[in-house]
Amino acid sequence: MAVTTAERTAPTTIKRKKNAFSDGQGALAAMLLAPTLLVMFFVTGIPIVMSIVEAFYRAKGGVDPNTGLVQTGSSFVGLQNFTDIFAHPSIVVGVYGSMDRLINAFINTTLFTVVCVVLETILGVAMALIMARAFRGRGLVRASILVPWAIPTIVSAVMWKLIFNTDGVANKVLGLTNSPILWLGDNRYSQMAIIIADVWKTAPFIGLLTLAGLQTIPAEVYEAAKVDGASAWQTFTRITLPMVKPALVVAVLFRTLDTLRMFDLPWGMIGPGKYSVETLSVFAYLEMNATRYGQAAAYSIVLFLYIVLVAFLFVKLLGADVVGDEELKAINAQRKRMRELHRKQAKASASVRTNITSGSAAS
Amino acid sequence: MASKNKLARLTLSVLSATAILATAACGSSSGTAGSTTSASTDASWSKTGPINYVQGKDTSGNVQKVIDKWNALHPDQKVTLIELSDNADQQRASMIQNAQSKGASNYDVLSVDVVWTAEFAANGYISALPSNLDTSGYLKAAVDSGTYFNKLYAFPSTSDGALLYYRKDLLDAAGLKPPTTWADMKADCKTIQASTPGIDCYGGQFQKYEGLTCNIAEMVNSAGGQFLDDKGAPTVNTDAAVAGVQWAVDAFKDGTIPKAALTWQEEPSRQAFQDGKLVFLRNWPYVYSLANKTDGSSKVAGKFAVAPIPGLNGPGVSTLGGHNMGISTYSQNKGTALAFIQWWNSPENQKANTIATSNAPTWTALYTDTDLTSQFQYLPVLKASIDKAQARPKAVKYGDVTLAIQDAAYNALNGTTTAKAAMDDLQTKLTALVK
Repeated sequence: MAVTTAERTAPTTIKRKKNAFSDGQGALAAMLLAPTLLVMFFVTGIPIVMSIVEAFYRAKGGVDPNTGLVQTGSSFVGLQNFTDIFAHPSIVVGVYGSMDRLINAFINTTLFTVVCVVLETILGVAMALIMARAFRGRGLVRASILVPWAIPTIVSAVMWKLIFNTDGVANKVLGLTNSPILWLGDNRYSQMAIIIADVWKTAPFIGLLTLAGLQTIPAEVYEAAKVDGASAWQTFTRITLPMVKPALVVAVLFRTLDTLRMFDLPWGMIGPGKYSVETLSVFAYLEMNATRYGQAAAYSIVLFLYIVLVAFLFVKLLGADVVGDEELKAINAQRKRMRELHRKQAKASASVRTNITSGSAAS
Repeated sequence: MASKNKLARLTLSVLSATAILATAACGSSSGTAGSTTSASTDASWSKTGPINYVQGKDTSGNVQKVIDKWNALHPDQKVTLIELSDNADQQRASMIQNAQSKGASNYDVLSVDVVWTAEFAANGYISALPSNLDTSGYLKAAVDSGTYFNKLYAFPSTSDGALLYYRKDLLDAAGLKPPTTWADMKADCKTIQASTPGIDCYGGQFQKYEGLTCNIAEMVNSAGGQFLDDKGAPTVNTDAAVAGVQWAVDAFKDGTIPKAALTWQEEPSRQAFQDGKLVFLRNWPYVYSLANKTDGSSKVAGKFAVAPIPGLNGPGVSTLGGHNMGISTYSQNKGTALAFIQWWNSPENQKANTIATSNAPTWTALYTDTDLTSQFQYLPVLKASIDKAQARPKAVKYGDVTLAIQDAAYNALNGTTTAKAAMDDLQTKLTALVK
């Protein structure tokens, strides 16, 4: 008798589940991810923290008048690097007239981001629609559309520099050999040159991500639309766009963040010091080049905070689902439901309690 | 249960964050007292052994051959060539990186551009050379360009001065001699443009980079102005300096200088001259052999000559270019480094290098050497140019100084501000920088 009881009550080795949706592979997953996370910690994590610490120091730069030598070492200056960024306006003349250099760069960055991302999205979606169709030579068309994305940005910057040269192809094609446009000068044509080069390079990226989204749309939906007599435009706006929205929003978010920190295209193609195309990331580079690492780190952090703000707004307002983890979404939805349930129960029991009069208090 | 897990997770994250911060804090430098590189490194001037010689990309192909000669003579003190980018800014960044990592890249002998001497010397990237070195046979301007606070930090190696390339065939046809003043140059252009329509007058390098500083420095100095006075204080808004800049602004406005020149660096301007689009070109001596090539790349081969650059009231003043050789403070075998520098820049080796690379030497006697002057006809003109040349402002923060000069010049040239306003603004900026 005792043996069977023991057998019956012997605990079976069931892996304890963290929640209703876990599949018990957490430990293995952690082990497999550990090497990557360790590398990221050393290559990215520690330098980022060191950079943040660096932003609170400043190199002592004083020149000794007797020996002509520069004082070495750096001293802690608290938030002075950050306040200096905003406190010393220097007036420059860009495309918008004369204004503070930082605000000029801020407007440039925002303008490039908005215009480039809008153009990229339109072109990218068009490319995706073409790539999704089945036709002869589709593989070749797909490969050739993706070539601009495959070329490193600095290489394409130098390449476009040759094209936009005063004696280059751009002026020849537009028939402007006698009164050439100075694309590489410091005017609104330089801005146009940057936008053209950036859209050329990155529209394929949005095309690629949108293509992935398009391929998840089942064919029956399109068939049903055709049966219902939907026109091509109605199909596009009522079926394709809504179903591809998750992928498209993520692609647009990535491109926005990328364009906000654009550096190599204006620097490589137009050159430094051109205020019509100066972006925020240039300041960090210039400070670093002058070996003022504290100030450079401060500029980087300011840019980083700006980008974090934009990303936060994107996720909150447009609902960009960056992680896309079904399990996580289901867990959060379940937690929400339980919370609502508890709140309702608490409200119900509270109202019930107030109706009960204490029996012992009577008389 | 859940709260216990939460507490454990929170503690772990706080501990790891503290650990990261602690590691980071160890790495960052604390406020040390202002100590500078002491003279205790002087003891190593006698040490010999293998060294590394660092310069930008060797476009001549000659450097390794000369190094091989040294290695054959001194097998126990081998020299290895380390080639950096051909972009001057990247060379500077690489040398600074070596210094800030306390010599981790093992650079010993550095090829220092003349404008970096003050910055490298003041920050202790290169050591002051022993004071008993004999530099009397070298060009005074070159020795001066390697000196900081009356100590020689970089040994004179190569020099550079600007030349005025002009279309000899067109000037001869019109019966004109090369101009010595800007007004003469404009008048000559008018005559030539009447018979050769479509050709532009004068070209230089006016893109926003170091070349613009050189060109504007020449305009300012050729009009009698200075960037810094004898005591090192800025004097850029004098009438003479503004007059120099004003001439360039007017030249752009009336078409003497084509608008496209605002985007030209050395190579595009050379291309324009070689394609026959310019009467006069201001550029460095390297253009001479390239423009004379008879392989079809140059339409002006044999049709041009060189002259000193013109100025406001007489011959102009060129900017001094060139490279000197310095020794990294963190070099181990400074004895070999010093011997190598002196051997490389000895008269015989400088003559051989000039013949092989057509770089301007710094040994004064070579400019009157008959072998060289017969092969390089521009040498006497170049010597005159270098003798009168003025260095760009010597400042520890040269990077900021040159950016400020480029800002002022570019704004004036493309009409955003007037020349006077730009130079006044520059005066304010330089006063703050050159304190």
